[in-house]
Amino acid sequence: MQDTAETEEMLEVEIWRGAEDGALRTYRVPRRESQTVLDVVTWVQRNAEPALAYRFACRVGMCGSCAMQVNGKPRWTCRTHVAKVAEGGKLRIEPLANLPKIKDLATDMAPFFEKWAEARGRHEPTRTRHEPMAPVSPENPARAAANAGIECINCAVCYAACDVVGWDGSYLGPAALNRAWTLANDERDADRCGVLRAVSQSGGCHTCHSHGSCVEHCPVGINPTAGIAGLKRMTLAALMRGEL
Amino acid sequence: MIRASRNHPGWWAALGHRLSGLALALFLPAHFLVLGLALEGDAALDGMLAWTDRPLVKLAEWGLVMLLTLHLGFGLRVLALEFLPWRDPLKVLISLGAGASVLAGLLFWIMVS
Repeated sequence: MQDTAETEEMLEVEIWRGAEDGALRTYRVPRRESQTVLDVVTWVQRNAEPALAYRFACRVGMCGSCAMQVNGKPRWTCRTHVAKVAEGGKLRIEPLANLPKIKDLATDMAPFFEKWAEARGRHEPTRTRHEPMAPVSPENPARAAANAGIECINCAVCYAACDVVGWDGSYLGPAALNRAWTLANDERDADRCGVLRAVSQSGGCHTCHSHGSCVEHCPVGINPTAGIAGLKRMTLAALMRGEL
Repeated sequence: MIRASRNHPGWWAALGHRLSGLALALFLPAHFLVLGLALEGDAALDGMLAWTDRPLVKLAEWGLVMLLTLHLGFGLRVLALEFLPWRDPLKVLISLGAGASVLAGLLFWIMVS
């Protein structure tokens, strides 16, 4: 039998090990056809480093749990093909930027989700479950604006890509503000003014510098910068009307 | 080193906007100083204007025209981004703005040379 280890194409993969004071460690991983970055991490965990900590669940780009920095860019690893991102057969995989590192590739997502709550990301209903459903026209411009932002999978890729999040710890970030934008445009929300109040605080929508890194990296094609710009206009108009 | 996640037109436009703004702010005191010479009489101002008529100063003035138009272009980008209903990342606008700046610089060069 031929020794495949000699002829097999290998990837040189650097993976972050440890917490904040950790370091990159290099692994050699067999190259496979249609291999994703998550496949690479899983191979390392199963074959070379059983103690490697990382998160994943659905493997099909729905749950938003497997995001990591791949060669310096935040990406959803389950839908990122090695062929598209490997540079000279090399990969550098690190935990998401702008979040505290817990261990290896797992970050503490608490600050990310706490900011969703701070941005009043919870829907306040206008009706109870005992009332008929509110008729909402999909042609309504506000509904169309909300629809453009509702497919967020909470992967925190935009949060990791945003420079302002890195500079200002109080900044709510693109995902939370995008969520607020969808609620501010939702005619079924009972306290849309409350959303505008929440996002016009220090660290809210007016902190955004419009770099557009969130749009550039969002894996599901949402445009948080457009939503944040919309919130800026909406809060200004509410202020002029004396509602804020 | 520039982080890989920053390497996109929007980020470069934002950096260009800030750096051109800073450079223009540094230039402004010199600009006012030269204008102030007019208060001291035409000889002082004419002397200064004659001094500026050399290739190196012309090159610096070209840089200034580039900075001004770049700052204007990138500033318009921010205004468009924040006040117009848009969905796409405005890459075409950024390219057009940068192109217009280079064109303005080129026009300036043709006019002074």
